[in-house]
Amino acid sequence: MAKIVIKNVRKEFGDFVAVKESSFTIEDGEFFMLLGPSGCGKTTTLRMIAGLELPTSGEIFLDGEEISQKPPSERDIAFVFQMFALYPHMNVRRNISYPLVSQGVPRAQVRAKVGEVARILGIEDILDRPVGGLSGGDRQRVALGRAIVREPKAFMMDEPLGALDAEFREHMAEELRALHDRMGATTVYVTHDQLEAMQMGDKIVVMNNAVVEQFGTPQEIYDKPRTMFVADFIGSPSMNFMEFDGELGQGTTAVSLGGTEVAVPSLREGVAGKLVFGVRPEHIGFSDESGFRARVLATEYLGTTQIVTLESPSGELKARISSSETVRPNETVGLSFKSDAVTLFNQQTEQAIRSEKNEGVFANG
Amino acid sequence: MAEVILNAISKSFRNTLAVDGMSMVIPDGAFVVLLGPTGAGKTTTLRLISGLEKLDRGSISIGGRDVGSETPAQRDVAMVFQQYSLYPHLSVRENLAFPLRSPILKTPEDEIARKVQEIADILQIPHKLDNKATELSGGEMQRVSIGRALVRDPSIYLMDEPLSSLDAKLRADLRVELKRIHADLGSTLLYVTHDQIEAMTMASHVGVLQEGRLVQFGSPREIYENPASVYVASRLGLPRINVLPSQLFPGSHKGPQIGLRPENILQGDGAEARVVRAEHLGDQTRLHLDLQGHAVTTLADPHADYEANAPIKIRPQNPIYFDAAGTRVV
Repeated sequence: MAKIVIKNVRKEFGDFVAVKESSFTIEDGEFFMLLGPSGCGKTTTLRMIAGLELPTSGEIFLDGEEISQKPPSERDIAFVFQMFALYPHMNVRRNISYPLVSQGVPRAQVRAKVGEVARILGIEDILDRPVGGLSGGDRQRVALGRAIVREPKAFMMDEPLGALDAEFREHMAEELRALHDRMGATTVYVTHDQLEAMQMGDKIVVMNNAVVEQFGTPQEIYDKPRTMFVADFIGSPSMNFMEFDGELGQGTTAVSLGGTEVAVPSLREGVAGKLVFGVRPEHIGFSDESGFRARVLATEYLGTTQIVTLESPSGELKARISSSETVRPNETVGLSFKSDAVTLFNQQTEQAIRSEKNEGVFANG
Repeated sequence: MAEVILNAISKSFRNTLAVDGMSMVIPDGAFVVLLGPTGAGKTTTLRLISGLEKLDRGSISIGGRDVGSETPAQRDVAMVFQQYSLYPHLSVRENLAFPLRSPILKTPEDEIARKVQEIADILQIPHKLDNKATELSGGEMQRVSIGRALVRDPSIYLMDEPLSSLDAKLRADLRVELKRIHADLGSTLLYVTHDQIEAMTMASHVGVLQEGRLVQFGSPREIYENPASVYVASRLGLPRINVLPSQLFPGSHKGPQIGLRPENILQGDGAEARVVRAEHLGDQTRLHLDLQGHAVTTLADPHADYEANAPIKIRPQNPIYFDAAGTRVV
């Protein structure tokens, strides 16, 4: 079991910087997500932890030992790829046994270990089957079995569910997470799917353009985004951004939005210029008294809730409200914003402005 | 625009019965979404209406006219496929105009120009009209494909998972856009998908298919709140509905299986369950529970803390009941 510390790690491929100085800590036993759009540097980061790439600079500690320049075989880390590769000419048992056999582990021990892994994964009844005829789910379980049989210090997974269809993916995500809960092994998992990251992760690192944008628990990242990128990338529909000009002192508790006073969490810093008012769809309510008016463009029924698209003086907005409320296209409504859930941003730097709500996330790095 | 009636239609491929005696009325001006997993017969139904496949049995009428002996062109339908198929060497304008230049339609040039401009405005791509098709992004290409169907004024638009190859954000935008286009044109639209979000958000009517049969037809709200079977109930709603043995909960029950949407499980008293895990999705928290060996998913306050293995009491609200075979008991 292992704690992994990433310290100022940087990776260049020729002139191209894949990862800029990045630092974060993966605690022992965590299910840790590296999240970001394609090309953000998340897979390169994972490969550096596994030893498949060597960092240009910086350090990686595995249980206190600096390993950044060591070959993969000396790191005791197992890697599960997106396309799970099994040996087609071997049966399930031999596929899972292979890593142990090649390390020269005695036969009896291999047999016992493979039996245990098969039990954990619920594939005992297919151990003697060829891998050729297996379903996608069983193939994936065998690939996982081959990774966990070695009892490595940590697992690296690169979009292991990326190739699966939606329904099966949901099922495997739950199974993977349950497996992790039983084994408690440190797992680092790369994905571009924000819902998957929120669903499975204990902690998330959000990367963009080779930079770590934010690092924290799923709820913290959702509630207290440090940048506009994070606010936009996490959540569906994403956070609404409304631009406004303002000169706000420390301690400000309201701003003027389209001529209406709107409450915000008390600011911990002063700021002036082009600003952005950020509010998530579920934090917009309908209120006849509100002076902030908007026109309903469309509604989308989602069962428990509905998404309402609105045209406001500050641009198009999306609100998520209960399906029991009746809303008609083209009607004009007043909007209220849940003040303690609002985040203000500096439009130029795209950074969140510190307030009583979010100042905690600025403390941890 | 026209009403489309399917009357007990069937279609087999070798030993597989793809569509099995399906009857359905697609009302004039409706946005009907056929929902079902792979193999339920959605695409075959669409292809039978368009004339790309021939019926084994039954009949199809479009606008009161039996179309059984008509070719696809004579049926006057417009189809949008999953994979956009544009002419790469033509500009967006020429791609959009192409269907109108069909020898059957004989559309005058000024009419073509007017129509192309109108559709480009609706799809918000007027500034792209003179681009080559290959210079567009994936989302723009799919919009042009949809546009190519929209320039015509067919009896019915048939769309086969047109958004499934697009990324999540773009899909969300185009869902709203398609719904708006449908409202603007007042056209009849039949849309096939396995994505329940698309079905719920866009449809005026949802037809749920199971193994080639139509098992329920109604508004998204009717299907969500009043499903006819466990199968239908499981097609809509995320997280999925919990279907459990009724006797897990004290009290009298109308059937052996109880169906509880995650939002219809109240906490505080009732049957004792155990917390397995909380998933923080931001806007909602999904709470996974174990109720005497049965997995139960419910929703919880995003900011509440739940310890694994902690006991928690739950009781049903607005339950729906099913018999042992999964059919609704009212």
